[in-house]
Amino acid sequence: MDFLQPRSWSEALEAKAAHPDAVPIAGGTDVMVELNFDHHRPAFLLDLTRIEELETWSFDNGRVRLGAGVTYSRVIDELGRLLPGLAMASRTVGSPQIRNRGTVGGNLGAASPAGDAHPALLAAEADVELASVRGTRRLPLTEFYTGVKRNALAPDELIAAILITPPSGPQQFCKIGTRNAMVISVSAFGLALHPERKAVGTGIGSAAPTPRRAYEAENFLAQALDAAGLWETRATMPPELAREFGNYVRSAASPIDDVRGTASYRSHSLAVMARRSLSWAWDDYRRAA
Amino acid sequence: MTSAPTKVPAAPSETAALRGRIGDSPLRPDGTLKVQGEFAFGSDLWADEMIWGVTLRSPHVHARIVSIDVGPALATSGVYTVLTAEDVPGGNVGLDHADQPVLATGVVRYHGEPVALVAADHPEIARQAAKKIRVVYEELPAVTDGRRALEPAAPQVHDGGNLLRHLKIRRGNPDPVAPVVVSLDFEVGMQDQAFLGPESGLAVPDDAGGIDLYVATQWLHADQRQICQALGLPPEKVRLTLAGVGGAFGGREDLSIHVHACLLALRTGKPIKMVYNREESFFGHVHRHPASLRYEFGADHDGLLHYAKAEIVFDGGAYASSTAAVVGNGGTLGLGPYNIPNVQVDCYGVYTNNPPCGAMRGFGCVQAAFAHEALMDELADRVGMDRVAIRQLNGMREGDRNITGQLIDSAAPVAELLQLVQDMPLPAERLSEDEFDLLSLPGGVSNTTHGEGVVRGIGYAVTYKNVGFSEGFDDYSTARVRLEITADEPTVTVHTAAAEVGQGLITVEQQICRTELGVQRVVVHPRDTQVGSAGSTSASRQTYVTGGAVKAACEAVRAKVLERASTMLDLELSELVLDGAQIVSITGDVVASLQDVLGTDAVDETVKWSHRPTYPIDPETGQGDAHVQYAFSAHRAVVDVDTELGLVKVIALDTAQDVGKAINPDAVVGQIQGGSAQGMGLALMEEIVVTDGRVRNPSFTDYLIPTILDMPPMKIEVLEYADPHAPYGVRGVGEPPTISSGPAVAAAIRRATGKALRRVPIRPEHITEG
Ligand SMILES: Cc1cc2nc3c(=O)[nH]c(=O)nc-3n(C[C@H](O)[C@H](O)[C@H](O)COP(=O)(O)OP(=O)(O)OC[C@H]3O[C@@H](n4cnc5c(N)ncnc54)[C@H](O)[C@@H]3O)c2cc1C
Repeated sequence: MDFLQPRSWSEALEAKAAHPDAVPIAGGTDVMVELNFDHHRPAFLLDLTRIEELETWSFDNGRVRLGAGVTYSRVIDELGRLLPGLAMASRTVGSPQIRNRGTVGGNLGAASPAGDAHPALLAAEADVELASVRGTRRLPLTEFYTGVKRNALAPDELIAAILITPPSGPQQFCKIGTRNAMVISVSAFGLALHPERKAVGTGIGSAAPTPRRAYEAENFLAQALDAAGLWETRATMPPELAREFGNYVRSAASPIDDVRGTASYRSHSLAVMARRSLSWAWDDYRRAA
Repeated sequence: MTSAPTKVPAAPSETAALRGRIGDSPLRPDGTLKVQGEFAFGSDLWADEMIWGVTLRSPHVHARIVSIDVGPALATSGVYTVLTAEDVPGGNVGLDHADQPVLATGVVRYHGEPVALVAADHPEIARQAAKKIRVVYEELPAVTDGRRALEPAAPQVHDGGNLLRHLKIRRGNPDPVAPVVVSLDFEVGMQDQAFLGPESGLAVPDDAGGIDLYVATQWLHADQRQICQALGLPPEKVRLTLAGVGGAFGGREDLSIHVHACLLALRTGKPIKMVYNREESFFGHVHRHPASLRYEFGADHDGLLHYAKAEIVFDGGAYASSTAAVVGNGGTLGLGPYNIPNVQVDCYGVYTNNPPCGAMRGFGCVQAAFAHEALMDELADRVGMDRVAIRQLNGMREGDRNITGQLIDSAAPVAELLQLVQDMPLPAERLSEDEFDLLSLPGGVSNTTHGEGVVRGIGYAVTYKNVGFSEGFDDYSTARVRLEITADEPTVTVHTAAAEVGQGLITVEQQICRTELGVQRVVVHPRDTQVGSAGSTSASRQTYVTGGAVKAACEAVRAKVLERASTMLDLELSELVLDGAQIVSITGDVVASLQDVLGTDAVDETVKWSHRPTYPIDPETGQGDAHVQYAFSAHRAVVDVDTELGLVKVIALDTAQDVGKAINPDAVVGQIQGGSAQGMGLALMEEIVVTDGRVRNPSFTDYLIPTILDMPPMKIEVLEYADPHAPYGVRGVGEPPTISSGPAVAAAIRRATGKALRRVPIRPEHITEG
């Protein structure tokens, strides 16, 4: 196994073009596990930790451009206000050691349906920026996940950054695990209210082959809030509305039974998380008036 | 040598100034090293020229081995040898019962059974070569359910049927009736010891056909006996030394790499290192028996127990390991520390094609306690009694007889322990939903509730557990103690084969030597088979049994020194006392220094020491004095349950335990905390998920053990009611907390949810759907 260690982004893209089978490694918290379990024997590892651009975040046309190599710890410390949903999700990732090494880009690279960044990013309607020697493209995150642990990266591409619009309303993230820390999610839910656009964003984790949005739930809620004039009045959320939203979210999932949980529990817990998180987000929205 | 005794006043403060005697909590010699990451565990062993051994394991649950082709593996560059069953010179191995081949012979009986070994000059090469061994299997029908294994049509795991042991207890009226009858069925999942240091060792061949094995284990001499059996070698050719052990909890009582590493070393003539990775570790040791339990209690309207019936099936998996002894405990102790006049117990240990199960902390009592404590709560509710009061009413006292008819001849403070935990202050009320703290709520930072759905519950449980080996087992330990002057200072060297597995036994040995001989400097000899057996580091027995042996050896040394002094000084033996560096007369005068008496000689005594004998139980009635000592503990758990999501936060887990005498109070508290966490883990999350005989979660990604955010701080009350039959009055400490903590947590969850919850671990879906 060869270890490629590019010093710059262009070198990295060239290396990936020259060795499309090279496996990129950022924090290594997924890659090293794969190697240790001998699930994977790549000919090349492509180390991305020397590339400064990947580890920075900046503003890009009013959006946050989050370098793929920014760790969860830094999201928590530096971006709690700009990316509240992602910061909440980041707090639930692994242990302090994992949060210090693990990156959001790595979570996307792994594209596990259980990755915790996904529901928060989906709810925030993030885009992902992919790059290669051929050029750069941006696509909505929903188009990035293509299957269980599969994504839209071409063999010569790397993830450069994630683009997220700072919130115009409250965000929430909830995750079910069978212990109170350091646990892979049994199910997870991300929610973002976008009052500016009178829209709702959602993200579901661990309950389908890929992370996904619950479009019908989003539309249902956005319309119901609009019809009742609640965006303007900020009146209390009718409990039936929250409950129905939960049911829509549940219907959007297609979970399975596995060693971590049952399909029916996953569905049930999504409905509960959706309902509760909506009530918290709505309370925040009302308080923000 | 001085000619006449010097007449100076004795200095009683001499002994008083000793640091680290019994009752103190001296620093552990291995403590700082472990905290700093510098302690050498078995996995750190290294020898010049060493090569690596790996194991090929069965992918099948039950299959005939049609053929094995080692050719391609052997042809791999860097590979020294590949071994199969044909290369094993001796017989089977097994802790109580030698039914397990060193390498599968003709048939594999469980997923993960060792089939072949490879030695290569790099572990990676060995692993790749192992994958090239071509084994042709023909799958056989398997039995993977303990109760089904007893049906006549079930596939047979071994010739001679699937029943490993059936223990019966028949006491009192065979057809008892009572006005109040409660019953339940309970299931306990398969728990793993989850020690952090995987199986590891180094086998170094000598040039005379013998071998030195350095291995992380629990009982060097039982290992030695089995290795000799498997290799066809006499004990003097198989020498064992304990390597640094990273936790054990019963999972190292059976052999793992032992014979494999020795076989490879003898074949290649090179030192062989073997270390399992985490995944292999889950296949490389026995687990706690899953159990299926059916209980019935009959009582009067005031809650007084009149009878109990129990049927317990322990799934022993494919090989016997210590299943028979687990059945012994589960059967004789499985109704808990209660007075019950009429008893019928049927306790079975069975073979299945599941992974082998054997020793784990709490040994048969853990499973039973979940059932009898759940049923006690049910009975209390039925008769309208307080759940603590009903236990106190029925609880054993000193002078009572247990269900095997054995007299409880030392303290049995069941009622007091329960009272102590009940009287401890309760944790503060939960914060309101407006000022919640995520970390103290079910789900933690995962942010699943801000208080919605959360209900608090309190649960109690009490247990008693035998200490030491039972049912007539010749349970002894051996200690060698040597006293000499080195560099002008009296020095004691203590040598036992008792495995230090992290519990702090080496510190205890030092404390006993300091106390008995008044000498500050106590050197602990590496643990090896050059001294007699110490028995197993299990059954909460080492402080009692090896402690007893060290004490006895110290007494023998003291007697020898005084004899020497008496001859030398021409004084009556009965008038002399050894007080540290001095020989003192009974009037307190120093009559000689130890230096004078010993010169350059050493006094060196080896003592084999046994506790009071135990006896087999009657095969038909189960009556008999099966156990040597009982240890009691009680827990109170306070939990917050998110009843809508089924998530649990244990808010408090408080306990009281009688330890007889706390030789090392800090270590006692450590045992209680760790044991309680392990019991709580079984109640909440710890399970090896086995489907049709296949292990589905052999990793710490999916075999969950409690983290610091799951385990609450504990209030611990330690009682010291000396057992007059035990050295210093000690009572085993390590296991009771693992037994009573889990049932208390389960009871608290039942209280909070109102659900029956007849299975552990309790998963979220059991709460939301049950
Ligand atoms: C103990 C432990 C606990 C964990 N707990 C959690 C948890 O609670 N929640 C959770 O979501 N995850 C968890 N994980 C998984 C892991 O930490 C996360 O997925 C993390 O985000 C991976 O980031 P990384 O930088 O370490 O990725 P790496 O391991 O370096 O890479 C992950 C994948 O992404 C690819 N990749 C990385 N960077 C790029 C790039 N710039 N372009 C293209 N491909 C790239 C890699 O090739 C690889 O396929 C845990 C892991 C461990 C070991």
